[in-house]
Amino acid sequence: MGAVLATDVGRKDGGPDITVERGQRAVFCGLTSIVWLHRKIQDAFFLVVGSRTCAHLIQSAAGVMIFSEPRFATAVLDDRDLAGMADCSEEVERMIAKVLQRRPNLKTLFLVSSCPSEVIKIDLENIAKRYRERSQGSLRVISYSGSGIETTFTQGEDSCLQNLVPEMPVHTVEKNQLLVVGSLPDIVEDQFARLFGELGIEELNFFPGRQSETLPSIGPGTRILLAQPYLGETARALIARGATLLAAPFPLGAEGSLAWFRAAAESFNVPEDVFKSTMRAPFERAQRSLEGCKETLENRRIAFLPDSQLEIPLARFLSRECGMVPTEVSTPFYDALTMAQEAPLLPEGVEWFEGQDLDTALDRVRASRPDLTVCGMGIANPLEAEGLRTKWSIELMFSPIQGFDQAGDLAELFARPLRRQARLEVGSWS
Amino acid sequence: MELTLWTYEGPPHVGAIRVAASMERVHLVLHAPQGDTYADLLFTMIERDGKRPPVTYTTFQARDLGGSTANCFLDTLRAAADRFKPQVLLVADSCTAELLQDQPGSLAATAGISIPVVPLEMVAYSRKENWGASETFFQLVAGLLRGVEKPAATADNRPVRPSVNLLGPTKLGFRCRDDILEIESLLNGVGIDVNVVAPLGASPADLLEIPNADLNVCLYPEVAASTCQWLKRQFGMPYVDIVPLGYGATRDFLTAVSEALDYPINIDAIDHCRLPWYSRSVDSTYLTGKRVFIFGDATHAIAAARVASRELGFEVVGLGTYAREQARDVRAAAKELGLEALITSDYLEVEAAVERLAPELVLGTQMERHIAKRLGIGCAVISTPAHVQDYPARYSPQMGFEGANVMFDTWVHPLVMGLEEHLLTMFRDDFEFNDSAVPSHLAEEGGVSKRPEEQVNADDAEIAWANSAELELKKIPFFVRGKARRNTESFAVEHGLNVIEVETLYEAKAHFSR
Ligand code: SF4
Ligand code: SF4
Repeated sequence: MGAVLATDVGRKDGGPDITVERGQRAVFCGLTSIVWLHRKIQDAFFLVVGSRTCAHLIQSAAGVMIFSEPRFATAVLDDRDLAGMADCSEEVERMIAKVLQRRPNLKTLFLVSSCPSEVIKIDLENIAKRYRERSQGSLRVISYSGSGIETTFTQGEDSCLQNLVPEMPVHTVEKNQLLVVGSLPDIVEDQFARLFGELGIEELNFFPGRQSETLPSIGPGTRILLAQPYLGETARALIARGATLLAAPFPLGAEGSLAWFRAAAESFNVPEDVFKSTMRAPFERAQRSLEGCKETLENRRIAFLPDSQLEIPLARFLSRECGMVPTEVSTPFYDALTMAQEAPLLPEGVEWFEGQDLDTALDRVRASRPDLTVCGMGIANPLEAEGLRTKWSIELMFSPIQGFDQAGDLAELFARPLRRQARLEVGSWS
Repeated sequence: MELTLWTYEGPPHVGAIRVAASMERVHLVLHAPQGDTYADLLFTMIERDGKRPPVTYTTFQARDLGGSTANCFLDTLRAAADRFKPQVLLVADSCTAELLQDQPGSLAATAGISIPVVPLEMVAYSRKENWGASETFFQLVAGLLRGVEKPAATADNRPVRPSVNLLGPTKLGFRCRDDILEIESLLNGVGIDVNVVAPLGASPADLLEIPNADLNVCLYPEVAASTCQWLKRQFGMPYVDIVPLGYGATRDFLTAVSEALDYPINIDAIDHCRLPWYSRSVDSTYLTGKRVFIFGDATHAIAAARVASRELGFEVVGLGTYAREQARDVRAAAKELGLEALITSDYLEVEAAVERLAPELVLGTQMERHIAKRLGIGCAVISTPAHVQDYPARYSPQMGFEGANVMFDTWVHPLVMGLEEHLLTMFRDDFEFNDSAVPSHLAEEGGVSKRPEEQVNADDAEIAWANSAELELKKIPFFVRGKARRNTESFAVEHGLNVIEVETLYEAKAHFSR
């Protein structure tokens, strides 16, 4: 469970000038990513070993109850477990058995550790290993940390995927392969697959895929393209297994998507004319789709409070393609590996923060009164009540926003609060 | 360990936050990791609060575990005291912090803070949210009032009108905001003053005024029962614990208040409730015996059972609660109705019970709303946990006479009403009429747009329906068709029949109507 929290990540020289804040955080923990991961990987189940708080967090972050019987659950620790009256590994196995009883066809079971299970040192890694030895591999059981003391929000996915990397088989034959890393909505995945196909990149895999039973193989010919910005540890694990990380910004917006595809095209020696003819239509379509929002967004000031790790690529997209003016860009942690291509694209004059000190951050926003503040769900209404317009960032995790054909939708997410402001006669947002 | 998919209650510290967020000038410092800050959104998103709850989280991380978590707590405490300057600071552990044994209470005592600190022990591994709210309210009241003398009534400070305290309403409670208004206006209408309402809207200074009232009203026993008991022991303050939910209960409540205060109340003079007449009007005849399933917190579930059975003439087919602390009361209420109470916090068990009992109406929490939606059954929410639409913009109390009116409307609304039921029967064979469509008034509810197909019991696949019987079944109104199918099939199994004929259908009908 090697997930690293925020400010421990090393910073390369030459990066942006970032102020590090260490105070009260208002970001969810990594368990939150189960909300989208369990939808993505359809033959997997996420079993959190934790407390009632953990169960309540996931259910509250999901906001709605998606299914009556979701593909996740929490094994809630009680007094007996803490007092040592119950053997925790036996208890976890009893929980696994219960899950399997209801879902006998599972291919992967993720055992997700939480703050309480980590503090009392329940060794889920060992439990997973022993379980697999005994069950002879019919079910892949993998542990990872989603705890709030180790991971923040989207880092839960990083932690999950990182622990899945050792499961990937080694290439049997040497081949060049493109691996797109980071969970994407199915519709986006399909669009990307079509475009890569048109570029002639045939050896293509998505990680995570919709099924976990067969994982893509990996070897020195593997090139990885990150589809999500919060996957630094997963990238490092893949690199350690011989893969090469392609340098690219993230596929947000027309420009970002084009550069992202270009990185792959160059690496796979796609002829320039093929690249151009393939990209022309979707790129132009994406640009057109942004027209509608530009008027609303242009010259409006935007601040990002730390939340999803999407802050930097979003600030890049909104400033370069929609004409917005980022004032403050805060991110839960800054990873130079994943941000190398993004950070230099941000305009001058942006204040950068890493980590968080909630009350100070709120004071800053109150003082600078940006036109739009991107923030966590808990803070949005209070800022609105103070006359500020907000966009709550968890929606960015639940909606398809990547790629050419979602560029317009992405801009629209930011334009809508401003348009609403213009429409309403009741109340006031000063 | 216990396997949990969806939970009815949050952890106890969420109850503590509810009390803190309900009050003025109280601040809670919660020793907790960052993910626990999700609790903010319960208030700001579900109840649409325009303020963050008054809580500062320490958000310690793994690297602090070696020993600096205690410092982290102290720094956070001092900063919070400085910034928010509350009248009282509450300090508590979340589930994770409880394991660290930093003892926030003792730490706070050494922190050199001039603001009074009330330490809370939230015992996260055995208790839940409502208990946490109750414990927090109790610790606050007892912490502030312990050692305070009850003001002696002298000739000149004796108030002309009797006064009561309304105890228990909180943020994220069910319709508390409107219930208070309703009960206050009822009491004012009969010449009784409301002295303190707490926790909702009260400051610590207000809590000090509690002993000045003549009577406590335990409006939400889940939160206020232990406080009311303590106030009785400490100051000899009597309390009324009849909860005015429903028409009859409201009258009983007023009678109890009148007796406890030794103050005559003319209830008829203020009883403008429409429920009794609406329930007696001919259209309501069709409500007779409607099968209703009830699940919620103990107070709302018990009250709903009384209203449903005795004031609307429904048939209560299931009654239960997720609140084990109050299981005994719910069992007693169920027994009175000839039922065995369902006491569980397992959502799947509730779902199975609803499926088995096939009610026509579900009264429950937002969880039961999901169950009902899935099964195509009408539903009204009567208890927490509730969602954003259960915090409506309009005035919509549950308590008092107006609350009884509101309940009548919201419970009857999802049902097929009298005349409509006739029309459905009349037009069933009309080629343009499609009875798999939902009643028109429900279509835009965001609920079911289409009735789910009745489930053919897969296990009983060896039982076949003769064509004629299948056609006959279609003639039965859709809202009882599923039940008729199930009954007939189990009748067939019982009697060793392989094929269900028209005869069998009617045999079964006769059998089950005995
Ligand atoms: S009923 Fe609707 S609003 Fe309530 S939790 Fe379910 S989806 Fe959300
Ligand atoms: S922060 Fe820790 S205790 Fe809280 S919900 Fe997340 S994993 Fe559970």
